[in-house]
Amino acid sequence: MTTATSNTFMMTLSRHRHLLLLFLVPASLLVIFAYLPMFGAIMAFKEFRMSEGILGSAWSGMDNFTKLFTGADFLRALGNTLWISLLRMVTGFVTPIVLALMLNEVRLTWYKRSIQTATYLPFFFSWVILGGIFKIMFSTDGSINAVLIALGGEPIQFMADKTWFLVILIVTGVWQSVGYGAVIYLAALAGISPTLYEAAKVDGAGRWKQMLHITLPGLIPTMVVLMILSLGGLLNAGFDQIYNMYGPMVYASADIIDTYVLRRLVTMDYGLATTAGLFKGVVGLMLIVGANSLANRVSGGEQGVW
Amino acid sequence: MKIATLRRPRRQVPQVKSGITMKLNLGSRIFDGCNLALLGLFGLLAVYPFLYTVSISLSSSAEVQRQGLHMIPGNPALLAQAAGDLCRLDMSAAGQSIQRYAEGLSFTAYRMVLANREILIGYGNTIFRTVLGTLLTLLATAMASYPLSRKEMPWRKRLTFFVLFTMLFGGGLVPTYMVVKNLHLVNNRLVYILPVLVSAFNVLIMKSFFQSIPDSLAESAKMDGANEFTILTRIYLPLSTPILATIGLWTAVMHWNSWFDGLLYITDNNKQVLQVLLQRIVIENSTEMIEKGIVNPDILSFTPETIKAATVIVTMLPILFLYPFVQKYFVKGIMLGGVKE
Repeated sequence: MTTATSNTFMMTLSRHRHLLLLFLVPASLLVIFAYLPMFGAIMAFKEFRMSEGILGSAWSGMDNFTKLFTGADFLRALGNTLWISLLRMVTGFVTPIVLALMLNEVRLTWYKRSIQTATYLPFFFSWVILGGIFKIMFSTDGSINAVLIALGGEPIQFMADKTWFLVILIVTGVWQSVGYGAVIYLAALAGISPTLYEAAKVDGAGRWKQMLHITLPGLIPTMVVLMILSLGGLLNAGFDQIYNMYGPMVYASADIIDTYVLRRLVTMDYGLATTAGLFKGVVGLMLIVGANSLANRVSGGEQGVW
Repeated sequence: MKIATLRRPRRQVPQVKSGITMKLNLGSRIFDGCNLALLGLFGLLAVYPFLYTVSISLSSSAEVQRQGLHMIPGNPALLAQAAGDLCRLDMSAAGQSIQRYAEGLSFTAYRMVLANREILIGYGNTIFRTVLGTLLTLLATAMASYPLSRKEMPWRKRLTFFVLFTMLFGGGLVPTYMVVKNLHLVNNRLVYILPVLVSAFNVLIMKSFFQSIPDSLAESAKMDGANEFTILTRIYLPLSTPILATIGLWTAVMHWNSWFDGLLYITDNNKQVLQVLLQRIVIENSTEMIEKGIVNPDILSFTPETIKAATVIVTMLPILFLYPFVQKYFVKGIMLGGVKE
């Protein structure tokens, strides 16, 4: 029996050896760079010593987790992550819809295309570049403060004030991604049948009514998918942006899980950093799986990502 | 007969409602005007930070000190004056005002940035990872996607999940760092390419594209004695240029913009990428470091804003040139985004 199964196994292997061989190279890269680190995350349950390696270090049970959740730093980072994510979810959800609806009403093609090109542009630059620009712009002698002074106001230390920093984070975050989001909605708008608008016109619906009763309902499936995907990313508060804009002065409001993990890695606090990372990974997995099954349930199996 | 009766009321509709339509048209026009103006403002806000950076990078240091919006390089008041002089055909006055305007401009920042050896090396490293990384990613993505797209592939469902799962869960920063370290990839340029070579997202998108290619093509090629490699390279890849272009441009932009791997794994300046150098110049060499107590304020030489801005522009330029193509294919990529079978 065992020889028979192993024979069919070998036969399958040899019959499809070309396909399997092709798959082998990318698969081994995934094993090394994606699956090995997952296994390495057992470090979270060990007292890691560099000299003894991951396997050799002694088990420590839930010690790292206890330490993590009793330390004020991590709880602060967790709270900041959730708060920033929530702010982004709301602002990042509404603004692309508004922009897409506004663009949709423009009948001058060249104008529509130029605005689209302009608003989409920031999406293609790294936060190193964008953060650099904003650090110059929002500095005490940057142009934003120049405008404030010209209007008779006092200059503001935007980058060093923990509340202003959050405002800037959210505003520049929307600035960077709104064009990209609008493109997704415009693609969905292109899919709405023109006969619906014809019929509405015949029934005497004006542009406002058409938008309310045809355009918006036509966007609902896309809205649902994007909303659910953003729920899955609840613990991603935007590491790239924050790391390139923040500083110790605003840790109180802007230190998130990812920046916490990075700083622990730099100070060689491997146990805590791994544990925080694993916590984020596991919660993220649960959120994404939950959000996807929710999407499938809401739409009868059509809107989930898988 | 029936048709005629049905038609009559329809024709009457515009006549009856003409008064209302006129009103609607006025409201509609006001709306259009506001909409266009508001969108124009949004467009300006979208590009203003870039205009500002270009303007700072090209202005003299005296001009940078001037408080203003800095939308165009130099002093716009002087430029306007020069334009006014030209319009009045007052050539000598125009010559003078142009000269005064030109004094506010400066290319020194660019000259200094482009003469900087580290930045040139960084440029080289970034080009290296972008070109080689993109080519290898296309190759590896095709190698993973093609088998998964074929019905006869054994354990196809399970292997697809094996790829998909890497998108949903990761071991985290520290274990990844340990793996890279144990593979001796620290301070090795391959660390820019290997860990990001296969992305589940790319594989799933290319797989669904491959699945839209009719099976009969592969079947008949097999009858003619072609093996899987030939089918992939001679039939599938030539038919897949849209998806190859999309993923290729995507990957190229990702590589150009990457900085975290350089920050984490590379300490040798000869192997560092442009983004990290920019980060050092713009972000770290600032007042913050004095506040952190890392640098003694007396010995710190500040990087002037003009040099920071010029470095930003030099880093942005290649993407800006590619933008028309990138934009086209990114939109396509978004449409192809469906991962489902």
